[in-house]
Amino acid sequence: MKTQSLLDRQSIVVLALLAAAAILVPVLNGIMAPGSALHLSDHLVPLLGKYICFALLALSVDLIWGFCGILSLGHGAFFALGGYAMGMYLMRQIGPRGVYADPILPDFMVFLNWKELPWFWYGFDWFPFAALMVLLAPGALAFVFGWFAFRSRVTGVYFSIITQAMTFALMLAFFRNDMGFGGNNGLTDFKDVVGFPLQAGATRLVLFVLSVLALAGGYLLCRWVISSKFGKVLVAVRDAESRTRFLGYRVEHYKLAVFTLSAMLAGVAGALYVPQVGIINPSEFAPANSIEVVIWVAVGGRGTLAGAILGALVVNAGKTWFTGALPEFWLFALGGLFVFVTLFMPRGILGSAQDLWERSRQRFRTNRPAEALSPAAE
Amino acid sequence: MFCLRHLLRAVVLLVGFTATAVAGPYEDALPKFSAGSYSETDEAIGAVASSGHPMAQAVIEALQDGRLLAGNGQVFIRDPSGGLVNAATGQAFGAAPADLKPVRVNNRVRRAIEAALGGLTLLSPNAGTRMEAARAVFRSRDEAALPNLDKAVGQEGDAGVKQALQEARAAILLTKADASAEDRLSAVSTLRARGDQDALALLSNLSADSPPALVAAAQQAADAVRSRLEFWSAVQNVWYGISLGSVLLLAAIGLAITFGTMGVINMAHGEMVMLGAYTTFVVQELIRTYSPGLFGASLFIALPLAFLVAGAVGILIERSVIRFLYGRPLETLLATWGLSLILQQGVRTIFGPTNREVGTPAWMSGAWEIGALSLTYNRIVIVVFAFSVFAVLLLVLRYTSLGLFVRAVTQNRRMAGSMGIRTSRIDALAFGLGSGVAGIAGVALSQIDNVSPNLGQGYIIDSFMVVVFGGVGNLWGTLVGAMTLGVANKLLEPYAGAVLGKIVLLIAIILFIQRRPRGLFALKGRAVEA
Repeated sequence: MKTQSLLDRQSIVVLALLAAAAILVPVLNGIMAPGSALHLSDHLVPLLGKYICFALLALSVDLIWGFCGILSLGHGAFFALGGYAMGMYLMRQIGPRGVYADPILPDFMVFLNWKELPWFWYGFDWFPFAALMVLLAPGALAFVFGWFAFRSRVTGVYFSIITQAMTFALMLAFFRNDMGFGGNNGLTDFKDVVGFPLQAGATRLVLFVLSVLALAGGYLLCRWVISSKFGKVLVAVRDAESRTRFLGYRVEHYKLAVFTLSAMLAGVAGALYVPQVGIINPSEFAPANSIEVVIWVAVGGRGTLAGAILGALVVNAGKTWFTGALPEFWLFALGGLFVFVTLFMPRGILGSAQDLWERSRQRFRTNRPAEALSPAAE
Repeated sequence: MFCLRHLLRAVVLLVGFTATAVAGPYEDALPKFSAGSYSETDEAIGAVASSGHPMAQAVIEALQDGRLLAGNGQVFIRDPSGGLVNAATGQAFGAAPADLKPVRVNNRVRRAIEAALGGLTLLSPNAGTRMEAARAVFRSRDEAALPNLDKAVGQEGDAGVKQALQEARAAILLTKADASAEDRLSAVSTLRARGDQDALALLSNLSADSPPALVAAAQQAADAVRSRLEFWSAVQNVWYGISLGSVLLLAAIGLAITFGTMGVINMAHGEMVMLGAYTTFVVQELIRTYSPGLFGASLFIALPLAFLVAGAVGILIERSVIRFLYGRPLETLLATWGLSLILQQGVRTIFGPTNREVGTPAWMSGAWEIGALSLTYNRIVIVVFAFSVFAVLLLVLRYTSLGLFVRAVTQNRRMAGSMGIRTSRIDALAFGLGSGVAGIAGVALSQIDNVSPNLGQGYIIDSFMVVVFGGVGNLWGTLVGAMTLGVANKLLEPYAGAVLGKIVLLIAIILFIQRRPRGLFALKGRAVEA
């Protein structure tokens, strides 16, 4: 396998594209006059921000699936937990502007006739604490869950199924009103974030840029992880778990570490998703959502990181277009995509493109053996 | 002459006597209806109801319907056709006095009316009506009904109605302070024998200033009823658990075969169940259109068809998709998930997104009463059906050559191949078999669940839990897994609630997988690592 440096050509392309997005979207939306052809309309900004958050989620799945062979069908749970942590902060920020104008209790608690704030809501009015929880809540769940699962060597489809059970159980739990997270309505009706109104165009642009920065940061982090020695062991675990164990590595520790890291990334994605979408509810925990994330990764190209980002953007853009233009065909398209990609494009868009590139270059070399002797310009 | 005068006097006396006899409580009470006061109306109802007069019921019913008219001390019933009947004599009355007004009622009067009717219909010639009346009196516990009740108990021929009457009588006597001690004690034992929630409420609400012996007896009886109820509710929970378990068994057993032989996670398994349910729907629609007489047999016709439809789709999926993905279980999982989306949307496009009506044949509706339980026939049929499917499948795997090959491939694919078994053909057949069984599960589930494109989604996670819990490659594991999960779920429900119980169970399974990563009945040996 080719050694991947932290800033190889792929990374530079990804970062350049992300930088372009971070600059172009504010310019096209904020500076171009609303009438001009180049103007990006206001409703597209949070939509693009949503795609970027999904891309970060896909990245977190690719980190464990593509490089460590752990197929989690419950990553939506970590995403949603991060989202709930952020949602709780935003809920507390509403303060007395809610329908019932209670300075402490969110509306749904007043509605349910609760008298005081449950203990697990303490501290969420303070942004740094909420931000910490965005990382800690999914991280802690992933750590505990992974510790149990990896220690007893639950692997392959069994692991996939119990992650699915985990997110299903969480979905049922968050649907309950007694849990104190708003029941099936979830958390919504947010007003502002660290003092800036959420409805304002400028806030949305800042959130979009922050999401892009988070994605770029997440990408660099994953790059760094997999190009380190730690990352090499992960790939070894993916390809031959028993052999790695016999070589003396504590496989479960490596798995646990990368699983927890991945869950935290997913949590950050969820936290950025909630203020842009304006709602978080238990349906985010639905097992189908988590499976969909896996298909984004598969479409883009498993084990390439950039492919995960690409897949998330392509599939979601396709979904937006399909559900608008041909709503009844969306599930056919999505289902067909699952089948097509697994059967004919096992390495995804990016992997297939790489294959094509390699093959054409090889043909080029065999056709002109003289040139093949000189080192190709890399 | 003298004689004649005496005779005449006697006749006059006699007539006078009978006249006073006729002007009994009924006739005395009637004018009170025209007084226009609610309390007098109330009294009149009581008096009329206890008079035993043949017109009593008609009068009170008329009052209930607002057809009782009164004026100048006279009372008339307007029958639905508009004619007037004198309530005192029962004779039709041609020209109505001008100043008649309907007797007004308020809530208190309405209650009195209902209690009175309950008492009156106790003597109805129709057994069903008497039963209803006895139950009404049991609920209202109106002491005014007691005389009628006593009379009814005395002349009742039907044992069931008689028991209901006695229970109603006991309910009244228990709380009647001036009833004799023996009566009240025997009332306690009657209620104890009845032994349901209503009896418990009566017994435990007996006021504390009743005679001590009675209070003690009621206390003892209440305890007995309570423990009886607890016993039956435990039995009921276990039954619900078995019923849920057999549903899970039906949904999961096909999965156990496909997962067991090929290690294939078939996420489209739930959709095979759905196809079976829709096959039932189509069969019933055709029967309704062409030969409604066959409706009772619709499920028997649907069973083989559902097996064939789902099995054919299963073999198609195996040959066109899964075959190329062997050895890559995670990819298979994703591809079959995609297939499940396509199947769902396909069914949605053809049959529409709403629930379709699947009828229950007459022989499956109704319930079997045993003790304090009522077991509905469709649940019983499904439990029996699930176990029969299990048994048949067990026999197929045990005694047919297909079963032998499937077991061989499950245990050691390469060795089986070396012995001349065409493993890929066995894979296709086993996949078809598993899918077909899911199809017939769909026929059964169409009886208790909504037939909609999302039907399969509801079962897929539960079925996986069953298979993972029970262990792969062993049908007994699936049986034990399904029954354990079903019963545990229903036993947890009363304490934790339906949702929390399910969450607890999911967490328990997740923890269980840590202990035994390959399920309860795991395959042992070298084949396991494959």
